[in-house]
Amino acid sequence: MTAPASHGTRWRAVPFPPGLGMARFVLARNAAAFRRSWVLLLSGFVEPVFYLFSLGVGLGALIGGVRTDGGALVSYAAFVAPALLAASAMNGAIFDATFNVFFKLKYQRLYDAMLATPVGPRDIAVGEIAWSLVRGGLYSAMFLLVALVAGLVRSWWALLAVPAALLVGLAFGAVAMFTTTFMRSWQDFDYVTLAIQPMFLFSATFFPLSTYPEALQWVVRATPLYHGVVLERALLLGEVGWGLLWHVGYLLVLGVVGVVGTSRRIATLLLT
Amino acid sequence: MTDEVLLEARGLTKSFGEFVAVDGIDVLVRRGEAFGFLGPNGAGKSSTMRMVGCVSPVTGGRLRILGLDPAVDGAAIRARLGVCPQQDMLDEDLSVEENLWVYGRFFGLSRREVRARTDELLEFAQLTDRRHDRVEPLSGGMKRRLTIARALVNNPEVLLLDEPTTGLDPQARHVLWDRLYRLKREGVTLIITTHYMDEAEQLCDRLVVMDHGRIVAEGSPRELIEAYSTREVVELRFEDEQQERHLGSVEALAERVEALPDRLLVYTADGDDTLAALHGRGVRPLSALVRRSTLEDVFLHLTGRSLVD
Repeated sequence: MTAPASHGTRWRAVPFPPGLGMARFVLARNAAAFRRSWVLLLSGFVEPVFYLFSLGVGLGALIGGVRTDGGALVSYAAFVAPALLAASAMNGAIFDATFNVFFKLKYQRLYDAMLATPVGPRDIAVGEIAWSLVRGGLYSAMFLLVALVAGLVRSWWALLAVPAALLVGLAFGAVAMFTTTFMRSWQDFDYVTLAIQPMFLFSATFFPLSTYPEALQWVVRATPLYHGVVLERALLLGEVGWGLLWHVGYLLVLGVVGVVGTSRRIATLLLT
Repeated sequence: MTDEVLLEARGLTKSFGEFVAVDGIDVLVRRGEAFGFLGPNGAGKSSTMRMVGCVSPVTGGRLRILGLDPAVDGAAIRARLGVCPQQDMLDEDLSVEENLWVYGRFFGLSRREVRARTDELLEFAQLTDRRHDRVEPLSGGMKRRLTIARALVNNPEVLLLDEPTTGLDPQARHVLWDRLYRLKREGVTLIITTHYMDEAEQLCDRLVVMDHGRIVAEGSPRELIEAYSTREVVELRFEDEQQERHLGSVEALAERVEALPDRLLVYTADGDDTLAALHGRGVRPLSALVRRSTLEDVFLHLTGRSLVD
């Protein structure tokens, strides 16, 4: 493949072929660093569990059953658990791809050091996002275990809930890392919170989509967390159909766009 | 040293928008050489080094490293380079030895190779007893040595050092120079930027002086001193206000005079003769020092820094 001389190193930002390549060494670096701070894993895990017991079990006792958008009548805890699984995958990925990446990018200059080796911008993007998936995957698996013990899992399809959570993590991690490359200071992260909070509360997480008026339903359908919530809920409650592939596609596209965008931005920022 | 050219730049240019950082430089570095870019801050040294390190696209001109074009074979070139950047950029989340392991893996070295190499490099960097420590509490000199060790993990043919001893105390500098001599003896090609004259004189076989993105002189330290300075220099210090009064008589007796805020530098073939002649004319400085010319004199002459800042 040839490239114009003036953009020499940019060709490495193109994400094909899509193999992990050098990215696995970026992943290995994070694993080595994480060995010293694995306690942090706990905080990402306990938050959704607290939500599950306070809202799902506690508040759920006052509510009784909920009719899902699929038509089944389930306990409120069983209704909320899959949504919290999707939300925890989102939060885990975003936390890693924003604060941690920003610190590495601006203060540790970690990526500058990596780019002096054969590692390229795409390897960094893929490696970092893959790492946030590993973390997100661990959170999701632990949460699923809690949900299972609490009797909130009603279908063997739940085995796919962790891969689905990884997909949610990919979509959010990739887009969050892309966004992070535009951040100028820590203050800018307030916008991230501003985007996540309403998504967490209103993406058919705590009540069914049918609760909203028609116009608002379309707004909810456009947001990415909604697709993750629908996917997880279908898998945990066993309401599986071909329509789910649409949600898979949505999240996948978001993830790929995020990875490509991130690679380009790293090249633009650091290979100047 | 062989005749094999490892770095070739012709009309190499780098601009950032309107600003031209490197303005058409020509450079040739051969295998086994220790080559220096000497210049004040902002002369374009670091921009040049980043292009050579294949992390900054060339704006114009021709650049070949190890015979390859960075625009096409950037990753392949970087696999054979060692880069020691101006800031250490060590991985503070990792221990000393992990810094070497992890970095070695970025070059695609196997785990076994990396471990063997790590032991050698820790020895080289005199950090064997700190191998399990975190990076953060290490001294500046230790961090610098670790950065150089890390840059050597892939057995590079060329080592790029961007201001390797800036910010280090004199002892740490000498330890570092000693390590760099060893590398040179082992045949590693060194490309160094510095604004320290003594460093350039100590380390470089050949160097270019850069100013405002251009090369203003080229040669060995000895050649540069012969071409741009005199054999000896007399440094004269005067009482307040006296310096200006004597400037005329001093200039009449010297090849060239550089007026610094606190002293006059008098360039001449024979310092003692000149001093005697000055006494004859009634010039009585507070102190007079006759010394040999150094690269610093060349630098002051070529860049005119003493007058600018």
